Amino acid sequence: MILSRRWLEAMLGRALDPRDLEHRLSMLGAPVEGVVPLHQDLGDVLIAEVLEVKKHPNADRLSLCFVNAGAASPVEVVCGAPNVQAGKKYPYAPVGAVLPGGLKLDRRKIRGIESNGMLCSTKELGLGDDHAGIMQLDTEAAPGVRFLDVVPVADHQIVIEVTANRPDLLCHKGVARELGASLGAVVKLPEIPGGEAAVGPGGGPTVRRSGPDGARGTVDGVELRLEDAEGCPRYLAAVIRGVTVGESPTWLAQRLRSIGQRPINNVVDATNYILFELNQPLHAFDLAKLRGPAVVIRRARGGEKIVTLDGVTRTLTPEMTAICDVERPTIVAGVMGSAESEVSATTTDIVLECAYFQPTRIRRTRRALELSSESSYRFERGIDMAAMPDALRRAIELIIAVAGGELREPPLDLWPVPVEERTIFLRPARVELLLGMPVARPEIEQLLSSIGFFVAPKDARLAVQVPGWRPDVTREVDLIEEIARLKGYDAFPDELRPYRPGTVPDAPLERATARVRGELAQAGFYEARTFPLGPADGPDSIPVLNPMSAEEGHLRTRLLPGLVRRVEHNWSGRTRDIRLFEVGTVFRLGKGEEGSGKGVPDEWISVAGVLTGARRPPHWTEGAKVPDMDLWDLKYHFELAVRLAHPSSRLRAAPGGRGWEAIGPDGAVVGWAGTLEGDAPVWAAPLFGFEVRLVLDERAPVRYRPLPTTPAVERDVALVLPPGVTAEAVAGVLRRHAGPLLDSLAVFDEYRGPGIAAGYRSVGWRCSFRDPGRTLVENEVDTILAAALQALEAELGVRRRTAG
Amino acid sequence: MRDLLAAVHALRERLGAIPQADERQLQDLKTEILGRKAGALTKILGELPALEPADRKAVGGAANALKRELEEAIAARERALAVAARTGGSVDLTMPGRPAWRGGLHLVTQVVDEICDIFREMGFTRAVGPEAETEWYNFGALNFPKDHPAIDAQDSFYLSPGVLLRTHTSPVQVRTMERYPPPIRVVSPGQCYRRDPFDPSHSPVFEQVEGLVVDEGVSFVDLKATLSAFARKCFGPHTATRFSPSYFPFTEPSADMQVTCSVCRGSGCPTCKQSGWIEILGSGMVHPAVLENCKIDSERYTGFAFGMGPHRIAMVRHGIPDIRLFFESDVRFLSQFTGRAAP
Repeated sequence: MILSRRWLEAMLGRALDPRDLEHRLSMLGAPVEGVVPLHQDLGDVLIAEVLEVKKHPNADRLSLCFVNAGAASPVEVVCGAPNVQAGKKYPYAPVGAVLPGGLKLDRRKIRGIESNGMLCSTKELGLGDDHAGIMQLDTEAAPGVRFLDVVPVADHQIVIEVTANRPDLLCHKGVARELGASLGAVVKLPEIPGGEAAVGPGGGPTVRRSGPDGARGTVDGVELRLEDAEGCPRYLAAVIRGVTVGESPTWLAQRLRSIGQRPINNVVDATNYILFELNQPLHAFDLAKLRGPAVVIRRARGGEKIVTLDGVTRTLTPEMTAICDVERPTIVAGVMGSAESEVSATTTDIVLECAYFQPTRIRRTRRALELSSESSYRFERGIDMAAMPDALRRAIELIIAVAGGELREPPLDLWPVPVEERTIFLRPARVELLLGMPVARPEIEQLLSSIGFFVAPKDARLAVQVPGWRPDVTREVDLIEEIARLKGYDAFPDELRPYRPGTVPDAPLERATARVRGELAQAGFYEARTFPLGPADGPDSIPVLNPMSAEEGHLRTRLLPGLVRRVEHNWSGRTRDIRLFEVGTVFRLGKGEEGSGKGVPDEWISVAGVLTGARRPPHWTEGAKVPDMDLWDLKYHFELAVRLAHPSSRLRAAPGGRGWEAIGPDGAVVGWAGTLEGDAPVWAAPLFGFEVRLVLDERAPVRYRPLPTTPAVERDVALVLPPGVTAEAVAGVLRRHAGPLLDSLAVFDEYRGPGIAAGYRSVGWRCSFRDPGRTLVENEVDTILAAALQALEAELGVRRRTAG
Repeated sequence: MRDLLAAVHALRERLGAIPQADERQLQDLKTEILGRKAGALTKILGELPALEPADRKAVGGAANALKRELEEAIAARERALAVAARTGGSVDLTMPGRPAWRGGLHLVTQVVDEICDIFREMGFTRAVGPEAETEWYNFGALNFPKDHPAIDAQDSFYLSPGVLLRTHTSPVQVRTMERYPPPIRVVSPGQCYRRDPFDPSHSPVFEQVEGLVVDEGVSFVDLKATLSAFARKCFGPHTATRFSPSYFPFTEPSADMQVTCSVCRGSGCPTCKQSGWIEILGSGMVHPAVLENCKIDSERYTGFAFGMGPHRIAMVRHGIPDIRLFFESDVRFLSQFTGRAAP
């Protein structure tokens, strides 16, 4: 919402400082987004009187003016405007003046005659679009006086943010009301120049209520029928005949420009003025275009069409309210009028509409038509239903003052079910309880009254009547907010008081994810955070009904595809060594968790990592290139992730051979690791990745194992494994036959090549034997190992490799 | 026997020279003392069998101990000489040490953890909830009027009619109140979704940390004091706070909290758009309708709630100009923040 400082000043009858305004408004709940100075750049411009106009000797269209700009003697100015006249006053920019846009005036010759400065048009001053002639001033001010001191255009635009609950702040009067409470000033609407002459003192005739059912009547020969009282609870209309549509007077055009609105014509400008002054959207339309003549407020019929002001043909539905004549819609109620009924230069008689439309109806219409306007914005938030007659009367006064015409009959008010003002009971004790600080009863009354609430005592409570412009105030707590707001949040102490500990335990999921994150970061991985929205990554991925783009049209079922895209991004930045992990939510179609509704997807936390590049950072002691990470680096980190995230699962080779799967206790696949494909540059190293589903498990405390006190006996054996025999199988047999004395078993070598038959391989194992209770005898170990080796040969065909 | 002990003792003197010996001296020393045939100590040990048992024990003990010490000292010197040989005789200690890969937590994770830790000190626990939510939990239970402009600010991604990706972590408030009785003191971090453009200051996916306190007698003063205490811990002890009225359907009264700009300390700079203040969080007293929706007696209990964006806090504190950097996961970005974020 854009406010004009000057307009607010006119209502409050006092000068306002923009910086002070900024602070006050923010503290009242309307934060200021910006303050824009207007026309402060006209400080060099003076009032000048043209004394004599002569023809330029060398140019037909130019004239030579002798100008009194306050100096001892007149100056000569060359002027190209056809409207320059002797004896009139104009804005004058002397030599050296800087005009809007940074143009600096020099003394220069125009067709052989030196011109001392310039007489200015509105366009040159940034005050309008008129460049045909110079700006004639109707002023008593003496020549030489600063233009800005005479013409009140220097202003500030104050741009405020208005929250959805405060429609009353969408107009100058509402903001002035708040400021008035803060400054102790009274709000008074500025007088309309020529208003009294137009309608007489007191603002013209009062509105009349319609007949018995409140839904129909006639005003100045126009029939009014309110058939959709649900969509339009209150409708007022006036007929003004004999208006002259034309340009608005300077003061009105200037006021609209000062808040960034472009003047259109005097009738439309008048309705816009009332909109920004009182927050009452009005619509003036051409009576001559009205068939009947009748105004029918009804639901649109399915398929009914209207060409709106913007020239677009819109198709209406019965969900929308339309203002129609006897045949067809002329206005999409509360949103936009038709091009046909628009007030134009030929219009002489107008119907002036002042309505209240139901907010959700307008909201749905606006969304369905994808068409917003200043009016729909306000109707959607709720306007002041009680203030409508006054707004209409002021609009009539303004229109007649600026466009002429007459009101032959008082306006008609259709209001089938009048709404009474709301009364809320307020307990002063509750104010103290909620705000944590007592506020005295007289102060409560004073604060609420200052912004138009009517307060009366009612036993221990206060009965508070809510003004129509505050549709947001519906319960006691809303009044308490008003008290806190008007008192100022600064008034409440920063005082930490005792509290009781809560009943809610720490979420186990948060602890689990924190642990996984910490461990993977320790292992050399950087945490990534990728978008959960992306292209479909599997048959189970859930589409978003209203995605922002097709590439982000689905919820992820896995983290790895997103991480691969992040690796590609790093590759594009010429980074070769990349280790990333993510702990994030994934989604899959499901029946939904207990307690959630139908159609809610299953979601869980997944843990994933990607790795590519050197196994460790290079170091000068090693000189040559560090080897790249391979499947075995992947396997180690996958095992780490599985241990952290899903410890009850076990690993097995994935089908196809190049990777592993983690299998949960119920046999389901809960994790995967293997090589990944990416859009890799030629210099990139192989890319690997793993992913595992996080489960919450009860972790029993780790039990202490006594440290060994007896020595171990070690034996290295090289075993020749026939094709198809796995290290896991060999280890199983060894452990089973060697029994509990085999303390640890580790592979230290693998060999294929000369000396070993094709398809066979030699695997070296280090076996460590230990008895916690005594020192083992070497012979004993040899016996055990021999028996185990015998079993290996019998069960798996594995023999000890013979020397040579 | 005396002589033998004295000889052992005399040989012990030779230990001191070993750390300075060069390779040749070391070789000579070994031959002279420990040589297989003519080594002085070897000879002494060779005489042991001829001694009386008691003497044998005394001499043998001393000689064997010395032998061990000599061998160790010689081996240590040999290792040192070998290193010196490899390094050309001297070690350049300014050469870089041997590194290992390091990783780290995402800056947003760090900031979330820090925020939650600060609140933990004030008795808050961490609560979580699902990211795909029903309209009821995301809007209805939180007192958003149906078909109201307040919903426009939270333009949502829908998965099916009535099911959407949560636009804030406030649904966790509702789920917590449904499940646990007051007193409640929780913070709920998590990912949220809004149909915002992906530009330097917006992202359709963002992190939020929300908090909720419900108990008897919780007031606006508690709100102000708790959040001001948080601000001082998060942004430094001299941080001032300023509360101004705001609007959230689920709180009443509602308040925005601003803190003094940590870059200029309040004098005005580009970060705070010359105002000296930076808006950090939204807050308010829990709306009685929300308590009632969660079957909590709104006459007996009151509470406050707040919500903040860790991305924004991280951007302010670390001078990060573009929110998209958080999602690019460029390791050159991630690696800048591997330590704990310092206030």
